[in-house]
Amino acid sequence: MSTQSYKKQDAYSLSSSPDKMAVFQECLQQFNATPVNAKKCRQLLAKLLRLLYNGESFPSQESTTLFFSISKLFQHKDQSLRQIVYLTIKELSQTSDDILMVTSSIMKDIQGNDAVYKPNAIRTLSKVLDPTTVTAAERLFKNLIVDKNPIISSAALISSYNLLPHAKDIVKRFSNEVLESIQSFKQFNSHQFELHEYYGSATSNLPSTSYMYQYHALGLIYQLRNHDKMALMKLITSLSEGVLKNSLSIIQLIRFINKLLIDDNSLQLLPIIINFLKHKSDMVELEACKTLINLQNLLTDEQEMMVIGTLQKLLSVPRTATRFAAIRLINKISIKHPEKIMVCNLELENLINDSNKSISTIAITTLLKTSGTGSIETTGEGVDRLITKMTSLMEDISDDFKMVIIEAIENLALRYPTKVKKLVGFLTDLLRDDGSLELKSTIVDALFDLIKFLSDDSSKQLILMNLCEFIEDCEFTELSVRILHLLGDQGPTTSNVSYYIRHIYNRLVLENSIIRSSAVISLAKFAAVCGGIVSKNIIILLSRCLNDVDDEVRDRAAISLNFINHHKKNLIVNDSKYDLAVLENKLINYLNEEKFENEFDINEVPIISNEEIKSLEYNQKINKTEVEEVKEEEPEVNKAQDLLKQQEYAQELSMIFSFGTLTKSSSVTYLTDKENEIVVSVVKHLFTDAKKLVLQFNIQNTLTTTKLENISVIVQPDNEGYQEESIIPLEELKPNQTGVSYVVFNFDETDIIAGFGNTLNYINKDVDEEGNADPNDDGWSDEYQIDDFEVLGGDFITGLYGNFEQIFEKIENSSTTAKVISGSSLEEVIEKIKNQLNMSFMDGSEFVSKDSNSHVLKLLGKDVYGGKIATLIKLAFTGGKIVGKIEVKTETKVFGQVVLDSIF
Amino acid sequence: MGQAFSFTNIFGKLWGVNKEIRILILGLDGAGKTTILYRLQMGEVVTTKPTIGFNVETLKYKNITLNIWDLGGQTSIRPYWRCYYNNTSAVIFVVDSTDKDRIDVACKELHTMLKEEELQDSALLVFANKQDQPGAMTAAKVSQALSLTDLKDRSWSIVASSAIKGEGLTEGLDWLMDVIKDEQL
Repeated sequence: MSTQSYKKQDAYSLSSSPDKMAVFQECLQQFNATPVNAKKCRQLLAKLLRLLYNGESFPSQESTTLFFSISKLFQHKDQSLRQIVYLTIKELSQTSDDILMVTSSIMKDIQGNDAVYKPNAIRTLSKVLDPTTVTAAERLFKNLIVDKNPIISSAALISSYNLLPHAKDIVKRFSNEVLESIQSFKQFNSHQFELHEYYGSATSNLPSTSYMYQYHALGLIYQLRNHDKMALMKLITSLSEGVLKNSLSIIQLIRFINKLLIDDNSLQLLPIIINFLKHKSDMVELEACKTLINLQNLLTDEQEMMVIGTLQKLLSVPRTATRFAAIRLINKISIKHPEKIMVCNLELENLINDSNKSISTIAITTLLKTSGTGSIETTGEGVDRLITKMTSLMEDISDDFKMVIIEAIENLALRYPTKVKKLVGFLTDLLRDDGSLELKSTIVDALFDLIKFLSDDSSKQLILMNLCEFIEDCEFTELSVRILHLLGDQGPTTSNVSYYIRHIYNRLVLENSIIRSSAVISLAKFAAVCGGIVSKNIIILLSRCLNDVDDEVRDRAAISLNFINHHKKNLIVNDSKYDLAVLENKLINYLNEEKFENEFDINEVPIISNEEIKSLEYNQKINKTEVEEVKEEEPEVNKAQDLLKQQEYAQELSMIFSFGTLTKSSSVTYLTDKENEIVVSVVKHLFTDAKKLVLQFNIQNTLTTTKLENISVIVQPDNEGYQEESIIPLEELKPNQTGVSYVVFNFDETDIIAGFGNTLNYINKDVDEEGNADPNDDGWSDEYQIDDFEVLGGDFITGLYGNFEQIFEKIENSSTTAKVISGSSLEEVIEKIKNQLNMSFMDGSEFVSKDSNSHVLKLLGKDVYGGKIATLIKLAFTGGKIVGKIEVKTETKVFGQVVLDSIF
Repeated sequence: MGQAFSFTNIFGKLWGVNKEIRILILGLDGAGKTTILYRLQMGEVVTTKPTIGFNVETLKYKNITLNIWDLGGQTSIRPYWRCYYNNTSAVIFVVDSTDKDRIDVACKELHTMLKEEELQDSALLVFANKQDQPGAMTAAKVSQALSLTDLKDRSWSIVASSAIKGEGLTEGLDWLMDVIKDEQL
C-alpha cells in the first residue's frame, strides 16, 4: 500500500513510465491522422522520448514504422512540434537505416527563415547525413557557419565537428568560414528571448551575446589545422590578441598551446599564456596557472613568481570552487618547491579556518611543506604553531581529511628528519584519540614507515614506545597483531629490550588468542636475537604459554621454544625473502607447463635481502607521492616491476642464447623520436658470468606502405674492450609491426664504460594495401642513423637502501676526484646522475631547493658482483658551471673508477 | 478572420469537403516532381536539387485543402514510397517525356505501385511532363508506353504538361478534383 502511494506521488519515477507498445500504437494513430493534432502529437513525442531516454528501444520493424509516421509530421508547421520532432529523429537516427528520408525536409527547414527550430534542424542534419549525401549540404553549412545569429552559427559549427569522422574532406573546406566566424561579432537576435514568457519585458538586462560560437569554432578549426604545426601556431598567435572574448575558448586556446609546448618547445608561444595570468575571468587565470606549473622547467623565476602571485590573489576570492582550484595548484608547486610559495603563507593560514574542509585540509598539508624549509629555528616555531592549529582543527574534520593530513605529515617527516619528534608526537596524540579502524591504520602505517626509513635511533625508540603504549588499550585486533610483529622485528636491536618484553608479555596475559599467538612469535624473536639472559627469561615466559587454552598459542609457543633451544635463529628471524612477484610468475609457468615430474626449483627465484626490500619500498613511497600529484609526467616504472620484467627478459633470452643467468637488464631507452617512421629502442642485458653484453633493439615500422627486410643495427663501440660477437638480424617487418634484433658483445670487466654509435641497416620494399610486396621488386637498401647510447656504471649497479654514514665509514677502498659536470641547474645534474649511476638517494638528498648554489648527494648502491657502493657528491654552482667533488667507496675494487667515469 | 473560417467550415461541412485530401507525387528522378509541387503551391518556378527524402506542402485548391507529398525518385528512395501510400486519395505520376530510354522503368514502377492494396481506391493522374523540350513524346505516346489502357477499376487520366511554363497543371488537377469529389466524398 505504501509503495503504491509512493509511486503515485512520484510521477517521473521509472515504474510509472508509459507502456511501450501503447505509446507506439497511439503514435501511429495520431501521426497518420489528417489533419494532425499538433498538441497531442507533442505530448506523445515527449512520452516516446522519455522511453528512449530510459534506454528502451523498438524492434527494427516497429522502429521503421515509427520513423515514417514521425516523418509525416513535417506537414505541420507548428514550431514546437517541429522542435520535438527533431529531438526524436536524433534519437532514432542511431537505430534506423531509413533516416535519409528526412534529408530534404530538414534542408528545407534550414533554408527557411524560421530561426526557432533552425538550430535543431542543423544538429539533426549532421546525424542524418552520410558520406554520400554530405556533399549536398556543403554549401548550406558554409552559409550557416557565417550566419549572423550566434546560435545558428554554433549549431553549424558543432554539427560540422560531428561530421568530421564521416566527411573530413568536406569539412576541411569550411576552414575560411570557421575563421571568419571566430573573428566576427554575433549578437543574439533581438527577438530571441521574447518567445519565452519567462523573460517577459526584462530582455534589456540580458546579454547580447555569449561569444560561445568562438569556443565551438576554435574546437573545429583546431581539428582542421592540427596536422600542420606552422599553420596552427600562426592561428594561435593571431587569436591571442584579444580576438577571443569567451572564457571557455581562451581556456581551450591555452590547452592547445600547452600541447604544442609539450610536443616541442615552441617557446614563442609561452608569453601568450603568461599574458592570460591577468584576465577578468578566474577560470582563465586558473587554467593559465595550471598550464604554467606543468611547464615549470620553461619558466624564468620572475614568471614563476607571477604565477604564484595570481594564485595568491585567487586564494581570497569569495567563490569556493576558485579557492579550491587555486590552493590545489599551490599545493602542487609545494611538492617540489615549497620555498617558492612561502609568500602565500599568510593566505594559507587564513584558509585553515575555511568553511570548506577540503580547502582547509589542503591548506594544512601545503603549510606543512612550506614550513619544512628555511632555517631550523624559524621552522621549528612554524611547525609548533601549525601543530597547535591542526590539533584544534582535527576535532571538527572527518576521518577522510585526517588521513590526508596524516600522509602529508609522514612525507614531511621522511624528508626532514629534524622535525620527526614533533610530528611523531602529533601522530601519537592522534592515535590516542577515538577513531575508526581506518584512521588508526593510517596512523600506524605512517609510524611503521617512519620506523623503517628513519636512521635516527632515538626517534625510532620514541615511536616504538608509543606503539607499546597504544596496544595496552587497543580495541582493534589486527592493529595489535601488526604492532606486535613490528616490535618483534625492531625491538631486539634497541637499548631497552626489557621495556618491550614487558609490554608484549602483558598481551599474553590480557588479550584474545589471536593477539596472544602473535605475542608469542614476537617474544621468540627477542630470544633469538638478544640471546643470553634475555633468551633464558623468555624461555620461561614461553613455557608458561604451553598451558594456554588456545591451540594456536600452544603450538606457536612449542615450536618457538624448540627453535630457541636448538639455536635455529634463522627459522625465527629471516633477513631476506623471496621476490614474490617472480615467485608467482614462476609458479604459474610451472603449473601451466604441467611437467610435474620435475620439481619446482625454488632457487630460480631471486632472494631479496631486507635492505633491498627497504630500498624498493622507499622508492615506491617517494615515487607514489610524486606520481600521484604530477600525473602528466610519465609514471616511473617501479623496481618491483623491473624485477618481473627482467624475469621475462631472462626467459626470452634463454631461448636464444646460452650465456647462463641474466645479471641485469636496463630500462628501455629510445634511440629515435617516438613519432618517427621507424621507432627504435634499446635494452641492455648483462651476463656477468659469461662476460657478455646483449643489446636488444626493439624496432617498430610505423610506415603503412613500406615493408622492411633484413634489418640489423650496426653498433660501433668507442671502447676496444667491447668485441662484437654476433648479430641476430630481423628478417622482415611488415607495416605497423614491431620486431627485435640482437647484437652480442664480449666485454672486459675492468673497462666497461663505452659509448655506442648506431646505424640501422635495412632493405625497403613498397607494399600494397593488403601488405603484399611485388615479387619482382628487389627493394632498395637504406641506412638510418639513430641516436647513440652509453654503457655506464649505472648499468652495473642497483639501488640500495641503508644507513649511508655507516656503510660509507665501513668501506675502505676509496677514490676521489673533482670535475665539472655539464648541466644548467643543480636539479638537472641530479636527475642526470640518477640515470648515470642508478643508485638510491639517501636522507632525502635528491631534493634540492631551486635557489641554493650547493648541494650534497648521498648515494648507495650494489654492483652486479654484490659489492656495496657508497658515493658522496658535493655539488657547487659557481661561475655558470657545476662542479662536483666526488668520493666513491666500493667493495669491488675496480668499480671506484667506473663510478667516477660514469659521471660527466 | 475567425468569422470567415467558421463560414467556410459550415459550407465545407455542407459540401463534405472539410477533409484534407492526401495526394502523392511520384515518378522517376529528374521527372520534375518537385518543380510541379512548388509551381502549384507558389505559382513560380524554383531551382531544385534532387530530393533526398520528400517535400510536403499543404495548399488550397478550389476550396479543397490538398496535402501534397512529393517523394524523391532516385533508385535508393523508391523502396520507401510504400511507406507513404496509406490514406492516399490520388497519385500524380510524373514522367519525363523526353527520357525515352527509361520510359520502361517508369512503366514498371507505375504498375508495381498500383498493385499495392493501400492504393486500390486512389485515382491516378499522369503528367507527360517537359512538353516544352524538343523531342518530347506526346501524351498519347506516353500513355501507350506506360500501358495505361491495361488499368482496370481505376479512374485515370493523362495530361501533357510543362511545369516550367505552367501548362497542363491546372487542367490535370481540375480533373483530379472532380474525380475525387465524385468517388470519395
